[in-house]
Amino acid sequence: MNQPATDQGSSLAIRTQKLNLWYGTFQALFDIDLDIKQGIITSMIGPSGCGKSTFLRSVNRINERLGYVRITGSIDVMGENIYDPDVELIQVRKQIGMVFQRPNPLPISIRENVLFGHRIHNAGRKTSKSENDDIVEDALKTVLLWDKVKDKLDQKATALSLEEQQKLCIARLLPVKPGLLLMDEPCSALDPKGTEAVEELIWELRGQYTILIVTHNMAQARRASEECIFMLMGKVVEHTETGQMFVTPQHKETSDYIEGRYG
Amino acid sequence: MEQPAQNTSSGVDASFDQLNRDWYIDKAVQVLVFLGGISAIVFIIGIFVFISKEGFGFLVGDFNFKEFFFSPNWRPTSESKETFGILALVAGTASVTGLAMLIAIPFSLGAAIFIAEFASGKTREFLKITVELLAAIPSVVWGFIGLAIMNPIIIETFNVPVGLNVLNAGVILGLMAAPIMTSIAEDALKAVPDRYREAAEAMGATRWQVIYKVVLPAAKNGLLGAVLLGVGRGFGETMAVLMATGHSINIPTSVFDSVRALTATIAAELGETAAGSSHYQALFTIGIFLFIITFIINLAADLIVRGVRKG
Repeated sequence: MNQPATDQGSSLAIRTQKLNLWYGTFQALFDIDLDIKQGIITSMIGPSGCGKSTFLRSVNRINERLGYVRITGSIDVMGENIYDPDVELIQVRKQIGMVFQRPNPLPISIRENVLFGHRIHNAGRKTSKSENDDIVEDALKTVLLWDKVKDKLDQKATALSLEEQQKLCIARLLPVKPGLLLMDEPCSALDPKGTEAVEELIWELRGQYTILIVTHNMAQARRASEECIFMLMGKVVEHTETGQMFVTPQHKETSDYIEGRYG
Repeated sequence: MEQPAQNTSSGVDASFDQLNRDWYIDKAVQVLVFLGGISAIVFIIGIFVFISKEGFGFLVGDFNFKEFFFSPNWRPTSESKETFGILALVAGTASVTGLAMLIAIPFSLGAAIFIAEFASGKTREFLKITVELLAAIPSVVWGFIGLAIMNPIIIETFNVPVGLNVLNAGVILGLMAAPIMTSIAEDALKAVPDRYREAAEAMGATRWQVIYKVVLPAAKNGLLGAVLLGVGRGFGETMAVLMATGHSINIPTSVFDSVRALTATIAAELGETAAGSSHYQALFTIGIFLFIITFIINLAADLIVRGVRKG
């Protein structure tokens, strides 16, 4: 993938302008203006239904599956408007990987899960077996899963534990070298131990990938991110460095939420 | 009137194990539902016992294993020597069913994929209802279509003397089996959790890639079950096959040969035989044979489909 390094938006992974989104007649996002920096982990927090997941899901356009979603405004990812009619959806989704709330490995082998994205984006170009093996090993090593699964690569991925499944779901995004990883509450289905392991992994990926992570868990946001966005009722209330947000929030709503007065 | 009743119900002498009307209704319904539940088993055993009993005389008497399964001569009313070979009949049934599946599998798979994965809202409801209607067309109507419409078309198009043949019956049977296969295949596709599709789409898979790389493999057991049920339907179908095959004993060498099916033989001949004669008993033996085959096919289909639900 080629990142335009010239314009000043180049250091931004995501820039949205006046983003509004409706599910049918229900408006879920209101005038979102966000600049999310490249190369760091940004977390989104906010009470249920505040639009965090909706925002995330519109960044790789998976929202469109629903069919009744309408959007105005723009979302630029790495300087390109992904809602431009000339933009190819397949390329958008290739460069913007997504991790879901519930681990959703495909009901095929671990190996094939990791190679899935690679295969569909390299259609026509056959890669050799050893090349594929390297891809699988690299991806699984990156997510700290290799040692556990290297002897059972041909087993069904759905037989793994939830924690391992979620790691696998991250691993399978890596072979196509996405520029941005979106994570929608990646630990909410996991037990505390799994949460810790996956968080640790996310932290490991810092620097190599730009990550936008939605979380319900404020401690997680605080531990695992460099910048933090607080949303409420479909609007962005505050977007600042994580440390700053948790120590000296600028808005009353933010401090109320952080202190657990609602949500 | 009301007053004393009130008293007893709240009085200390009201016992806990009182059997009121509701208790009896409850028990009666339980028994009825239980009888309904086991009736299927009772009937299937009853039917099997009945046809076995009728065919038994032949099995212990004139039955000759080699002749029965390997002789193409079915001459039950021959003056000189009666022969009961069902090879030609099996070949007839198998050829018609085989051709029917060749036609029905692509049709029903295509229809199921379209309904489950592409159609939405009204289109989908409309298609589902149409497919179910198609499954409800009586087989004699299909036979009629084979006899009155397909027959002349085949004669003209392929310039053959008879249009009642494997091709005719295969097409008719294929169209008959397709709706039920579509319906079951669609269920199998629908049973694939949506998050698999979402996952694949989020990685940039196209709709078609999602279907053939994710949905079809995940649904493969259900789809196999659908095909097996179609085969079972083909084996058991009688009326349409009787009308469309030409009903002549023949081991087919091309699709334009007329054949005769196992089922059609029973339907056509049973009424004309003397009860208890060798011919009569031989027909029941065919019945046993059919019963066992369809039982195995259906059981296999059922086990396979059930495997899907669990996995």
